[in-house]
Amino acid sequence: MAAHSEHHETFVSKYIFSQDHKMIARQFLITGMIMAVIGMAMSTFFRLQLAWPGEGFAILNFFLGDKWAPEGILDPNMYLALVTIHGTIMVFFLLTGGLSGTFANLLIPLQIGARDMASGFMNMLSYWFFLISSVIMIASLFVESGPASGGWTIYPPLSALPQAMPGSGMGMTLWLISMSLFIVSSLLGGLNYVVTVINLRTKGMTMTRLPLSIWALFVTAILGVLSFPVLFAAALLLIFDRLMGTSFYLSDIFIGGIPLENTGGSPILFQHLFWFLGHPEVYIVLLPALGISSEVIACNARKPIFGYRAMIGSILAIGFLSFIVWGHHMFMTGMNPFLGAVFTFTTLLIAIPSAVKAFNYITTLWKGNIRFTPAMLFSIGMVSTFISGGVTGIILADSALDINIHDTYFVVAHFHIVMGLSAVLAMFAGVYHWFPKLFSRMMNRKLGYAHFWTTFVAAYGVFLPQHFLGLAAVPRRYYANTEFPMFEDLIGINEMSTIFAIIGALAQFIFMFNFFYSIFRGPKASQNPWKANSLEWTTPVEHIHGNWPGPLPTVHRWAYDYSKPGKPEDYVLQTVPLEEGEEDGGAGH
Amino acid sequence: MTSILIYGVIILGVLTLIQLVRVFELSAKLKGQASELPTETENRNQARMMIPLVVVFFAFFGWLLWDNWDKMLPVAASAHGEGLDQLLNFNFLMIIIVFVITHIVLFYFAYKYAYKEGRKVAYFTHSNKLELIWTIVPAFFLAIVIIYGLTSWKNIMLDDAPEDSLNIELYSKQFDWTARYAGKDTKLGSANYNMINLNSGNALGVITEKSLQDQFAEIDKAISKQRVKIDEEYAMKQGVENPIVYPEGTELYDITFEEIERLKRHRGRVVNLDQQKDSLYIQNGEDDVIVKGTFYLPVNRPVHMQFRSQDVIHSAYLPHFRVQMNTVPGMITEFNFLPNKTTAEMREITGKEDFEFYLLCNKICGAAHYNMKMVVKVVSEDEYNDWMDKQKQFDGNLVVPKVEEDAPAEETADADVDEAGDADAADDQAADESENAGI
Repeated sequence: MAAHSEHHETFVSKYIFSQDHKMIARQFLITGMIMAVIGMAMSTFFRLQLAWPGEGFAILNFFLGDKWAPEGILDPNMYLALVTIHGTIMVFFLLTGGLSGTFANLLIPLQIGARDMASGFMNMLSYWFFLISSVIMIASLFVESGPASGGWTIYPPLSALPQAMPGSGMGMTLWLISMSLFIVSSLLGGLNYVVTVINLRTKGMTMTRLPLSIWALFVTAILGVLSFPVLFAAALLLIFDRLMGTSFYLSDIFIGGIPLENTGGSPILFQHLFWFLGHPEVYIVLLPALGISSEVIACNARKPIFGYRAMIGSILAIGFLSFIVWGHHMFMTGMNPFLGAVFTFTTLLIAIPSAVKAFNYITTLWKGNIRFTPAMLFSIGMVSTFISGGVTGIILADSALDINIHDTYFVVAHFHIVMGLSAVLAMFAGVYHWFPKLFSRMMNRKLGYAHFWTTFVAAYGVFLPQHFLGLAAVPRRYYANTEFPMFEDLIGINEMSTIFAIIGALAQFIFMFNFFYSIFRGPKASQNPWKANSLEWTTPVEHIHGNWPGPLPTVHRWAYDYSKPGKPEDYVLQTVPLEEGEEDGGAGH
Repeated sequence: MTSILIYGVIILGVLTLIQLVRVFELSAKLKGQASELPTETENRNQARMMIPLVVVFFAFFGWLLWDNWDKMLPVAASAHGEGLDQLLNFNFLMIIIVFVITHIVLFYFAYKYAYKEGRKVAYFTHSNKLELIWTIVPAFFLAIVIIYGLTSWKNIMLDDAPEDSLNIELYSKQFDWTARYAGKDTKLGSANYNMINLNSGNALGVITEKSLQDQFAEIDKAISKQRVKIDEEYAMKQGVENPIVYPEGTELYDITFEEIERLKRHRGRVVNLDQQKDSLYIQNGEDDVIVKGTFYLPVNRPVHMQFRSQDVIHSAYLPHFRVQMNTVPGMITEFNFLPNKTTAEMREITGKEDFEFYLLCNKICGAAHYNMKMVVKVVSEDEYNDWMDKQKQFDGNLVVPKVEEDAPAEETADADVDEAGDADAADDQAADESENAGI
């Protein structure tokens, strides 16, 4: 593949139909960022309605028009549509496509010492399917009857019957087409990642010398490859139900004045299929975040990551357990209570590997020498959200407690903190940390600090109060809380949440500015600006095809030899041979 | 004009920022601080921020707790609710301890070990002892949480309903609730979605001898109405110059023809029900009592609730009773509980004159999801009996009582259900309804 570097590159082959993993990583990142801005804008729109129900906002009218926001007052159908598309974009397009797509593409070949992905062509296809599916998802916003509005979990019969809500018409069809293409993208990418990690590691790069970021991305890809096809099946059956009159998910329904002729199906079947993907999906989002943080924390604490093998073990344990816990989303569906008890048990087990990870991060900081780069701040923030979002999971996993807080704002607060914030903060950490590898330049540190502090404060300001809404029994996906006297005195919490959401959204412009400014005008990066150990920092600053100009590097040690006693510097590159009698830190005794 | 101004301001703002950043970078270069790594001052300042961060973070958390103390968890009004709240408090205690300790340690370490040139770093790769501790300790506490939680779960969900339970069905549709009481025989009659008849008021599709016959009559009437439509003579009789004629082969003819076929299949399914009626509880349905708007429960009497749904998935959420169960089309779900506080008692406890128990919908179901509710009144056994005596039985009159208070605003297509009591109007409506449904 090194031969490629001699080929003449046209603009199209370099920037558009590129098969180079570094370019594809950039494409994923920027597409993901555009989707994120749309998803974030949507969240501020519906937060305005929640804090000041029934009031008109010119901005809503400007963006949504007279049909969906007459006089600036959000239409209830549009509210649900915004909630649905916000969720879809954030979970799939930002935190699955954007996060794994960017960092798996960038880091896997660079950190394992490979010239490129196993199949550059499949990799390119993966991005293009992702882009097409993003475009279709955005296009669905402009459908006359509105985009899909049944919640990002699209439970039938609501999503199956166009009579049930306007969003279940053309908008839902486009949603399903978009998601099907997304799944294709994710499978093409995922297979490639798995194959690359297994086959293309350079000499000496044993599995127990891999950086934790690669372990995390590797297990993530396996989860995706095993679970996304199930969602694909679920989506396909839903398409059949919608377009061809089958009854996989439909039975005994009377709607629009007539009894439907579907019998024998079960809406609960869809939920099982959906959550069989849906729960691993949570870890597809979270594991890369944990992997990125492991790298950033060890490097900036100038200290080996604590308990490397335990970290790998917990990634594997979380990955395995994530497949046998999906039922905890369905405690209240009338599922057999015995089954509910099993899912409670397996779900709570996940707390153990998660706790190990959290404690190991904290111990890594202990007696370190911490450099506060923006990436490090975001990673510390990520450990915080991982803990504070994780502990509420213990309550939600308890089927008995779930009776009263299922589908309330407590759930909203929980998953936004543990999955949304953790993954987003880690993604920022990753962008700040690997920006020199992505764009060969440095980002501005001062703006990075400003970005971190506003984002971190605003993020907790949005979601910490929402726990209390949930405990006061406010259901999620309510257009307004005004219809129940029992929610009267809770409006203050909603206002606080919204104000912080707006601050948080505005803070992202600092990042956007910093990002795009630095791509073009940032100071040139040196080869190893963070003085890190892993292989990506041995490549030249300017991108070349094949990553290393000469032969591939040989690896002699694990990636975490920071501050090793008896070494001249506080870091030792993985390519430095072990001295006589020196022990490899990852060997674990 | 204003929008041009706004765009202008935004563009100028971005340009200003770019210049500012250039200035910063140049001045940093001049001062010799253009390092790629954070400077000593930066490290120190960021580390110092960790202390106010912890303080503000916990102050915010504490303030939220204090400010929302009486709004969190509405007072439990069911027997299992109180036990559940204890379980919740126990869990909260555990997680708040973990949350506070780990956060203090995390931010303190970040503060304490800020970068210092030449600081001695511990090359501490792993410790089996430590790792074993923080595997076993969480596992131990989780075991307690699991055992405690599953015991509660078993007591709430797995125990059979007591013999003297009140049998009630909650029926959901977009976007309101209906409650059905078992009546004197304490048994709910069978129901089927093919029996739903909005014109006669059998909105729940309860199967009785009478409602079966009514349904046949309704369907037959609808079929003949459709047949008339394709009858050219019918069109001529209207006496209009351009009679509405649906000759064979036209689209409208096909639609009408398909509608007749659909009605025939519908009739076939009702015939099936009629043939199976010996195995159904059709005699139990006659004394069932159907109410909308508000339903009553006697205090301290166990309730066995079953749930059905007409169209999409809804969820019956009764937060004060700590009860929640999805209502799924094609499936009957259930929940047992015992209300142990009356509405009057709750008014005293909460100090709110107008306190009411509410039934909410807690599964996204469409535009008016946020307003799909029912009031629950828990009263003494006597009051309950008085109220029940006033309710009409589902005895063939097929009348659904009018909604008692604040009718949901979103009633559209089925607004006529409430007025279906007027038998005269029902006839015409029946015709219109089936026409609308067909075309």
